[in-house]
Amino acid sequence: MVIDLDKCSGCMACSVACQAENNISFRPDETNKLRSITWMEVFYLQNGKDYGEYQYTYLPRPCMHCDAPHHAPCTFVCPVNATTRNEENGIVEHIYPRCIGCRYCIVACPYHARDFNWWDPSWPKSMESMLNPEVSTRMRGVVEKCTFCHHRLLNARAKAYLEETDPDKATYLPACAEACPTKAISFGNLNDPESEVAALIKDPRAFRLLSKLHTEPKVYYLSKHDWVRKQADKGF
Amino acid sequence: MDKALIPEGVRRCSLPAFGIWILVLAALIGWGVYAGVVVLIQALNVTGLNNHFGFGLYITADLAIIALGAGAFFSGFLYYGLSRFFPALRELHKIINLAVIVGFVCYTGALAVLLLEIGQPLRGWFGYWHANVHSMLTEVIFCITCYAIVLVIEYVPIVLKNRKLDAIHPVRIFGHTLHDMMAIFALTGTFLSFFHQGSLGGVAGVLFARPFAYRTGFFVWPWTFFLFILSAIASGPAFTALVCRSMEIVTRKKLVDRSVYELISKIVGTLLSIYILLKIADTVYWAFFLSPELGFKLGDYYRAPYGMWLLFTEIILCGVLPAILLTASRGRQNHFIVFSSFLLVCIGVIINRFVMTVQTLATPVMPFDKWEVYVPTIYEWAPIIAMLAYCALILSLSYRYLPLFPREKELNTIS
Ligand code: SF4
Repeated sequence: MVIDLDKCSGCMACSVACQAENNISFRPDETNKLRSITWMEVFYLQNGKDYGEYQYTYLPRPCMHCDAPHHAPCTFVCPVNATTRNEENGIVEHIYPRCIGCRYCIVACPYHARDFNWWDPSWPKSMESMLNPEVSTRMRGVVEKCTFCHHRLLNARAKAYLEETDPDKATYLPACAEACPTKAISFGNLNDPESEVAALIKDPRAFRLLSKLHTEPKVYYLSKHDWVRKQADKGF
Repeated sequence: MDKALIPEGVRRCSLPAFGIWILVLAALIGWGVYAGVVVLIQALNVTGLNNHFGFGLYITADLAIIALGAGAFFSGFLYYGLSRFFPALRELHKIINLAVIVGFVCYTGALAVLLLEIGQPLRGWFGYWHANVHSMLTEVIFCITCYAIVLVIEYVPIVLKNRKLDAIHPVRIFGHTLHDMMAIFALTGTFLSFFHQGSLGGVAGVLFARPFAYRTGFFVWPWTFFLFILSAIASGPAFTALVCRSMEIVTRKKLVDRSVYELISKIVGTLLSIYILLKIADTVYWAFFLSPELGFKLGDYYRAPYGMWLLFTEIILCGVLPAILLTASRGRQNHFIVFSSFLLVCIGVIINRFVMTVQTLATPVMPFDKWEVYVPTIYEWAPIIAMLAYCALILSLSYRYLPLFPREKELNTIS
């Protein structure tokens, strides 16, 4: 995934689309952000300068689906194999019915991409019929996170199979990329040199969040601002 | 009234006085159980944990109590394993029963609290069934469970030594047979403990994306693996000695010879010195080489309320100072210095377990993160206090009804 911060207007459509697509539960009072569940969180970055030189940008943060060679920070710590990286498509998955809720993966993830279900999920009665039947809801006491809309990949592969084309070449868009009005989010196969994302990450504006930690995120960002790039990698 | 159950030749307080003490402990345990039931029914949202602090007081207390309970395996290892080569270690015979019981209560208490810590307690068994061999936590789960079983086996012959039980012939034979095999269990316990104490250190040290906790190391083991083992075997015997001394103060009796405390001071002093030297080396390497490579300065890690004072207290006040006091033979001769040093060592290990769990998470990693502070709620304190009360309860019952201290009779004869 490549997110162009120069195009992002901070409208949060990606966050809302993700919430609806993935049946992310919410509470009547969501003021406590340390207990809320947001798979696609939008951060506000500023350059710390005074009026006149003040600049800001928005930074949407899904799960980075870290690609560190041995493991993602979160996967190798899980004691019950509830979260693993699918080495075929690179998606870091989380198996909710197996999660014991020890939260070690939350501790391991430096991007805060993982949230815990502190309460039983619930929706207003009128919204229940709008839940996405393709995504399971998560029970209390387990961890959850962005899956790059894994179910959409499975649908795309099933469709390719029915159409007798190569399922491995099936493409899809996650809900956030589809909803973004400024087309700031591009999605595709980074391993395919022909893909749009593979070209975008060669852009001189490209950088990754906390690349110094060697988590090898599969989410790249684009920004023309040096201060954004520097901030994203702890001043280096 | 319960005279028939009390070991022969020793004196215990009156049953009503003991009953009141037990009632106080039972009330604390009841309070903790109530809080635990609330956590299980209403979920972890009643605690101070959140998406930032996935680990908090439960884990800190578990890690600390398990380190302090290390006196059981380490004393067992010294007594059953090494005393044939170093006869001076035979002195530990006088305190080994207590060490085993302290270990037993620490581990079983920690396991009970762990059940509250997980979001889906009914899936606790998944740790054995779906074990991830790469996870340090898996190693911890297996080793702690096995070691708790070993501790139960080690505790049983002590229980069977009760006057009434010992009078039953088959029970007596069973107890003696178990006792004869104790060396095997002690060494099995040593093996298991070595790994789980280390793995608990590994839990933090392998977090390669959390620069506060991350350490390089030896093969798959980060330095914290070895530091946790060393700090546990330094503080475990100190904690056992402190428990013993507290029992002496409360009961106003001499329970072990002074020579036992001297021997433990020597052991603790030596191990603590090795540990603290390595800990300082580790801290220097982490602060000045490893962290800057990851984009962090030492000052980034320490902010109020988890300021630099924590680092100073842990390493200098609770490490270097007691190490000096306990290695100096003059220091070892002073009761007050010895027990104050033991106390400092135990506080040091608690602080270490706290910073490796909670401060690790308070430290911002993302550039736009805030420094967060964690405040545990009463639903976290109550089960921890109950766990301590449970430890005191088992120790009290054991002291009253079991022959824990082989020298108690001689040391307290009224001339
Ligand atoms: S961003 Fe966090 S949750 Fe996602 S793969 Fe990386 S460590 Fe795991």
